[in-house]
Amino acid sequence: MDLRNSARTQKTQLLTLIVIVSNVVGNVSLSHGMRQVGKIVSASPLDYARAFANPWTVAGVLVLALWMITDLALLSRADLSFVLPVTASAYVLIAFAGHFLLHEHISAQRWVAIVLITLGVVLAEETPPRTTEGTREHLI
Amino acid sequence: MRWLLIGIIALCNTVGDVLNTAGMKRQDEAELDPRSVAHMVARIFRNPLVLAGLGSLAVAFIALLSLLSISNVSFAVPATAISYLLETLLAKYVLKEKVTWRRWGAASLVAFGVVLLSW
Repeated sequence: MDLRNSARTQKTQLLTLIVIVSNVVGNVSLSHGMRQVGKIVSASPLDYARAFANPWTVAGVLVLALWMITDLALLSRADLSFVLPVTASAYVLIAFAGHFLLHEHISAQRWVAIVLITLGVVLAEETPPRTTEGTREHLI
Repeated sequence: MRWLLIGIIALCNTVGDVLNTAGMKRQDEAELDPRSVAHMVARIFRNPLVLAGLGSLAVAFIALLSLLSISNVSFAVPATAISYLLETLLAKYVLKEKVTWRRWGAASLVAFGVVLLSW
C-alpha cells in the first residue's frame, strides 16, 4: 500500500470517528435537553418551539446536523455495508455515557448486547472500507 | 397499525441509506477542510439521489415519532434490526459491494445486539 492510499484510509478513519462521536454527543445532549423541557403532548407547533429555548436541545440538534453531513461524507468514501456496523459503536458509547454521566444501571443482558455489538464492529473494521472502486457509474 | 409503522420505518430507512450511498458515490470522495465540505453540501442540493434519500429518511423519522406516540421505545427496535440486515442485502445486490462473511457476521451481531440492548 503506497503513501497516498494510507493517507486516504486515515481520512476515512478520522471521518468515521467524527460520525460516531457526533452521533453520541448529539443524542446524549438532545435527550438531556428534552428531559429538562418535560413532556410535550400537543398539536400546537408553538409547544414544540418551546423545546428550542433549551440550550442542550439546540446544541443536540446542531451536533446531529453535523452528524448527518459527516455521515454523507463518509458514504462518499466507504461502503454502506462497512459504515453501518462500524458506526453502531455509537450504541455502546451511548450506553457507557448513560452509565458514567447519568448513572444509569447496565444489566447483565445489556452487557451481553454491548459485547455482541463490539464484536460486530471489530469484524467489520477488518474489512477494507471501500470495495466498489471505479464502478460508480453503474450504481442504480 | 404498529406493525405497519414498523414496516414503513424499516423500508424507508433502508431505501434512504441505499439512495444516499448511491448518490454520494457519484460525487467526489469528501475531503475534510471547510471549503471542500461547503462544496460537498452545495453539490448535495443538486444530487437527486441524495435528496430522495434524505426525503425517505424523513418519512422514516415521522413514522418513528408516530410509533413512539402509541407504544414504547422497545417496540421500535425490531425496525432497526431489520434495517441492518435488509441494508446489507441491498448493499450486496444493488450497490454491488463485496459483502464478505465478516460483513454479514458484523451486521448480524449488531442487529442482535441492538435488540438485546433495548429489550
